[in-house]
Amino acid sequence: METLILFSPLVGALLCGFGWKFVGEAAAQWVATGLLFFACVLSWIVFLTHDGVTETINILRWIESGTLSTEWAIRLDRMTAIMLIVVTTVSALVHLYSFGYMEADPQWKEGESYKPRFFAYLSFFTFTMLMLVTSDNLIQMFFGWEGVGVASYLLIGFYYRKPSANAAAIKAFVVNRVGDFGFLLGIFALYFLVDSVRFEDIFAAAPVLAETQLTFLWTEWNAANLIAFLLFIGAMGKSAQLFLHTWLPDAMEGPTPVSALIHAATMVTAGVFLICRMSPIMEYAPEATMFITFIGASTAFFAATVGLVQNDIKRVIAYSTCSQLGYMFVAAGVGVYSVAMFHLLTHAFFKAMLFLGAGSVIHAMHHEQDMRNYGGLRKKIPYTFGAMMIGTLAITGVGIPLTGWIGFAGFASKDAVIESAYAAGPMGYAFWMLVIAALFTSFYSWRLMFLTFYGKQRGDKHTHAHAHESPKVMLIPLGVLALGSVFAGAIWYNSFFGHTDTVAKFFGVPYAEASEHADDSHSDDAHSDDSHSDDAAHDDDMGGDHHYVFAGEPGEGAIYVSPDNTVLNDAHEVPKWVKVSPFLAMLIGLGTAYLFYIVNPSLPKRLAESQRPLYLFLLNKWYFDEIYDFLFVKPASMVGRLLWKRGDGNVIDGTLNGITMGFIPMLTRLAGKAQSGYIFTYAFFMVIGIAALITWMTLSGGAN
Amino acid sequence: MIGLEHYLTVAAVLFVIGIFGLFLNRKNVIILLMSIELMLLAVNINLVAFSSFLGDLVGQVFTLFVLTVAAAEAAIGLAILVCFFRNRGSIAVEDVNVMKG
Repeated sequence: METLILFSPLVGALLCGFGWKFVGEAAAQWVATGLLFFACVLSWIVFLTHDGVTETINILRWIESGTLSTEWAIRLDRMTAIMLIVVTTVSALVHLYSFGYMEADPQWKEGESYKPRFFAYLSFFTFTMLMLVTSDNLIQMFFGWEGVGVASYLLIGFYYRKPSANAAAIKAFVVNRVGDFGFLLGIFALYFLVDSVRFEDIFAAAPVLAETQLTFLWTEWNAANLIAFLLFIGAMGKSAQLFLHTWLPDAMEGPTPVSALIHAATMVTAGVFLICRMSPIMEYAPEATMFITFIGASTAFFAATVGLVQNDIKRVIAYSTCSQLGYMFVAAGVGVYSVAMFHLLTHAFFKAMLFLGAGSVIHAMHHEQDMRNYGGLRKKIPYTFGAMMIGTLAITGVGIPLTGWIGFAGFASKDAVIESAYAAGPMGYAFWMLVIAALFTSFYSWRLMFLTFYGKQRGDKHTHAHAHESPKVMLIPLGVLALGSVFAGAIWYNSFFGHTDTVAKFFGVPYAEASEHADDSHSDDAHSDDSHSDDAAHDDDMGGDHHYVFAGEPGEGAIYVSPDNTVLNDAHEVPKWVKVSPFLAMLIGLGTAYLFYIVNPSLPKRLAESQRPLYLFLLNKWYFDEIYDFLFVKPASMVGRLLWKRGDGNVIDGTLNGITMGFIPMLTRLAGKAQSGYIFTYAFFMVIGIAALITWMTLSGGAN
Repeated sequence: MIGLEHYLTVAAVLFVIGIFGLFLNRKNVIILLMSIELMLLAVNINLVAFSSFLGDLVGQVFTLFVLTVAAAEAAIGLAILVCFFRNRGSIAVEDVNVMKG
């Protein structure tokens, strides 16, 4: 069944991409979409029936070279199951949505065929993403990792007539290569030290790695720290974290369904997935995880500030994605991988929906993306408005405070991240950054809503008059994702962020009682499930929450949390004001946005003028693009120019030209001069030659 | 007594005269042909001298062959000269440089 899930998108991509000429455009698109829905249904069956036990399904032997033995295999555990439903669900809905969105695209002339290509790319992307999340070893994962990079490149540059789209595609590809370099080095280091790329072997070797020292860049490193750090650099590229984030906003040049699928819900979360997958290494790498937390928190804050002032509707959501990915990394960095996966899951639902909703707005407004030209669309596109409202409620984290889980999806997961951050470092950098980011998130999300759907119509009158609700194929995916955005948090709250025993059961990790753990070594006292339920009931009577700790060996179950890592328990014990703080931040953001864009719409402009440097700083995304342009792009282009003009033009071409046009003709002229045409000259040379030969023969002793 | 050395000396002198005839002559192609004959004859003298000295008739047989070939060569050379003169109106050596590169 898992093999079917994995390969049906590939079959769809091939049939759609190469077969549409034989079966027609519409049929090809339906085949790709149908196969995706098939995979989606199977994924849900796998997810719901999965019992947390890790399985490995071999597909074929792949690389055998020396001690490197790589199988092409599916590792099916809870992490894979979660990613399977995220990827296939969003992908299937995006396929369906694209029927409406890609209809009659103004980028193409009448009669040109582009839709099968688009669907083939989407299906191909889904295949590589599934390859990434189901992989059983690092090589296969890297294959999927690069595959999604290629698919992302193809889809960002899908409007290949637009120079900006091509530039954005190249930028995304190049920036990702920087991260991939780190990832590759990490794989090399792991293979060097463990002599295997299989997850099982690597996880089992994690405790040893923690005690190994390694020299890298003339410095002594702890092996686990170094590897975790290198892997995180790969994750930074893919997940658009600070310093390698510049490609993500530009990637919005691609069609909106692509942004929803690749640059919001699935591909960009691959980095978070990688960190969670490598949790056994991360647990032994305290410095690296501190760095992850720091970068994650900084990204969450940075992207949220930039999102405040952007005017392009898709860019606002792109920065929002960047920011939410920061949340996930904080959760992973402080060691509650389940919460990172939780936020990944809920975020996939509401962010995909926000993007698809934005696509619906853009579709209604004839491909106008500037929010300053929207306004008052509530009545014109009521269903889209409803969906966007649910998405906004979800991302800003609306719910009933202190219950923990009664609320929209983002409420449950984002609060879980913030509480974990507080539990890991009370009053620390990460916690405050995340709370401030939550405030900003609320502000820019509501700003987007108010600018788009409320107020008076600001744009072109003609466009507004013709604004229309999207077709059903676009609304149905919105509806399904809205369901996810409302309920995903509440349903799975306990599985991801409940008590340790629930989480451990969900992820198939053994667990033990905390008190016993204090006495014995943790690995021996893992309880069987039967004895456990009694204990659990007993504990509930006493009102105890944190009597369990994770007790698995590295590699057992989907995630590994060391027994000393009690952040998950502590997160439930944080003070009340911490639990309420994200909610308060949300309210403040909402209030400010209401004041700025409904009550007094001239306020933002005046504020921007009075705080002009700050405004420009944010509008220009902290000048990251300009700094990179100055630091990397300009020097690289100068080196390139030098090599081109001087190196290639002068040295290589000059040498060739000098030889062929100067030296060789000179030789021919000399040889020509030797041909006097007079017989006596030739005769003279012959005699001289014979005389020389005879002399030589005589002197050298002839045949001897 | 006239020995082998005398014959060889005469032959060498003839050969060198022939070579110098080739090089130094700038006037007449016919003289070139005559110089070549001289060199061939010098070689013939060598062959006959060694043949007599060693008591081996093969040398003298060779001489007869060389004489035949030399006669043929002279005939062909003169024929070429006649053609050349008809085309160019001159057989001066200095004018024969059609092959100049």
